Amino acid sequence: MSESAIQVDNLSKRYTIYHKKDGNGLRHILNDVLTAPFRIAKSVFSKNAEIESSSQSTEDFWALKDVSFDIAQGDVVGVVGRNGAGKSTLLKVLSRITEPTSGRIRMNGRVASLLEVGTGFHPELSGRDNIFLNGAILGMSRAEIRRKFDDIVAFSEIEKFIDTPVKRYSSGMYVRLAFAVAAHLEPEILIIDEVLAVGDAQFQRKCLGKMNEVSKGGRTILFVSHSMSAIAQLCRSGLFFQRGQLVHQGPIAEIVGRYLTSGTDPGENRGLAVNVEELRKRKKLFFHSAAIRTAAGTGSVDLDVREPFDIELVYEVPGSLTRIELSIRIMNTDGRPVFTTLQSECSPAAVEEVKQGLYSTSVTVPGMLLMPGNYVVHIAAHEPMGELFDVHESVVSFTVHDTGTVFAIYNSYGSIGTVMQTLPWRQRQLLELPGTAPVPAANPPGRAA
Amino acid sequence: MEKTPSVILEAGRADRQYWHDLWRYRELFVFLAWRDLSVRYKQTAVGVAWALVRPFITMVVFSLFGALTNTDTGGAPRAIMTFTAILPWTLFSSAMSESAGSLLGNSNLISKVYFPRLILPATSLMVCLVDFLISLGFLGVLMVWYQYWPTWRVLTLPLFTLSALLSSIAVGLWMASLTVKYRDFRVVVPFILQFGTFVSPIAFLSSIIPEKWRLLYSLNPMVGVIDGFRWAVLGQSVEFYWPGLILSVLLSIGLLWTGIWYFRRTEKTFADVI
Repeated sequence: MSESAIQVDNLSKRYTIYHKKDGNGLRHILNDVLTAPFRIAKSVFSKNAEIESSSQSTEDFWALKDVSFDIAQGDVVGVVGRNGAGKSTLLKVLSRITEPTSGRIRMNGRVASLLEVGTGFHPELSGRDNIFLNGAILGMSRAEIRRKFDDIVAFSEIEKFIDTPVKRYSSGMYVRLAFAVAAHLEPEILIIDEVLAVGDAQFQRKCLGKMNEVSKGGRTILFVSHSMSAIAQLCRSGLFFQRGQLVHQGPIAEIVGRYLTSGTDPGENRGLAVNVEELRKRKKLFFHSAAIRTAAGTGSVDLDVREPFDIELVYEVPGSLTRIELSIRIMNTDGRPVFTTLQSECSPAAVEEVKQGLYSTSVTVPGMLLMPGNYVVHIAAHEPMGELFDVHESVVSFTVHDTGTVFAIYNSYGSIGTVMQTLPWRQRQLLELPGTAPVPAANPPGRAA
Repeated sequence: MEKTPSVILEAGRADRQYWHDLWRYRELFVFLAWRDLSVRYKQTAVGVAWALVRPFITMVVFSLFGALTNTDTGGAPRAIMTFTAILPWTLFSSAMSESAGSLLGNSNLISKVYFPRLILPATSLMVCLVDFLISLGFLGVLMVWYQYWPTWRVLTLPLFTLSALLSSIAVGLWMASLTVKYRDFRVVVPFILQFGTFVSPIAFLSSIIPEKWRLLYSLNPMVGVIDGFRWAVLGQSVEFYWPGLILSVLLSIGLLWTGIWYFRRTEKTFADVI
């Protein structure tokens, strides 16, 4: 257990981004055409094979920067981070799909990576053929696949259709077959990207179960997901990435907690507009701040499930605008949207024409709606069915606390529902049945009376 | 597959186990070739016959063309004379264009799993080779029809076939790795092939080229191969220009060697660029 399975030292990965310079005139096009053969020849022979045309400028982007960590054998590690934090790049480097720019990785044992479900599936081939093909692509030998073939088919629950071309499969069957192959891989190190995001809930549970089994077999698993519930269920420890850097490594509970509150000033976020002068020039509308407001004050993070609260946005319109749609989306910790509310729903007039200026707008979320748990708020402003003006993900986070709902006696809110609803239940007694006489089963109750 | 005790990945490090890896992934090679083969003529009405129809029609057209212009056939039936050239040319053109497009065609694999990428262009060769063998059978039928019997030289055909494969993978590798980055070459490949159909000695014998230009003419690697095919099949009626074949083969080897070099150098960035 103490021996490390994956050792990463100062790993960095750089991508070069090409920008098109101004100038699409005939002269530029001609110039590009005439110099193209020389540029290609140059890139063939130059050491760092970069193409540069006169109408392009380049910029370096570090998808990973000086990342170092150590993973013990048999550990199940969740990798979390926002979009663009470098998780996928890390997996690609570990899976040898792309080469690191600098740094060193040492992995002990056979590695299998699963960055996608059903890689290399061919629609024209039957399920049977695809099991062999996909297995080979994932690194299984023919003998190994043949040995596990029956298990794979049984796991996928599609015995009847095994000789049908997969293009005739429903998407659910397709995913089940693909995952069944992947689930029967037996490497020492398994690298999994967000692949559980597909398939129906029941099958997802089956997969999680299978993966749990796999990890108990002493295998090291690296698992990337945005679903904190999957991560928390499966992983023992975690890595938390932000902007290409590893900011924290630790027990999974700690990592999930950090992830949920990261990037959001809890309760209130005043830093949405970083460079106001520049934004005024560039944007038709931009946000300044977002905040949670309750009776207790601004910026609370801990909310009472029974009390309503406000989400307040402050935004600026540098020049007049017609037709604005503001939207607020509440996300739960599974990364699922609970609901999205649009400003035009209740005040169409406010969005028809907006003069230049600074605005504040707020919306009230009623009490007894959100289940106890952690939430984050996304905000966006756009033209209805048109241009996106400004968007921010996870601007504020908050926690809804149970202060004595009927559900408090049950342990898991997740299985109860996403929202609570107080609905008007009605009940009346249909009949008073004779207390002792057993009702004859064959007869309808009406006649028995 | 045997166990790999540990893998070390480092920046800029030429993968020392590359050729070893290539061997380890031989089963994947077989599976991919099998996939391409079994998919090739799926859901077509004519099926495998397509492997015959194309060269057959080309033969008919070129034979008519040759008959009208009354080019020399060296005494052999015109159909056989044309078909012996169409065989290696079709092999070359399909193998070259398939291997050139193999990386783009499998971009989903390249961006999602690791394996030595050299497998992909190599796989394309196999599919074209099978088509070639089918057409070769047709050549046999043609020879029986014309009662035209080959000599011992026909046994050298595998050598010339190998040399055709060599040229096609050599050019194909260059085109494949260049296409990943510059899609321009997707346009270039069909153009090369279209051009090649007319400059290669298919409708005519290469002996009509004046002696002093023949070495220059053999810079087209398919000239040596086509001449070789004719020498092997038509036998008595064609004399053979050895310097041309040697030049063609040397050129192919040179192209292949640099092609592998360039392929290996850019391979690591395929997933980033494709």
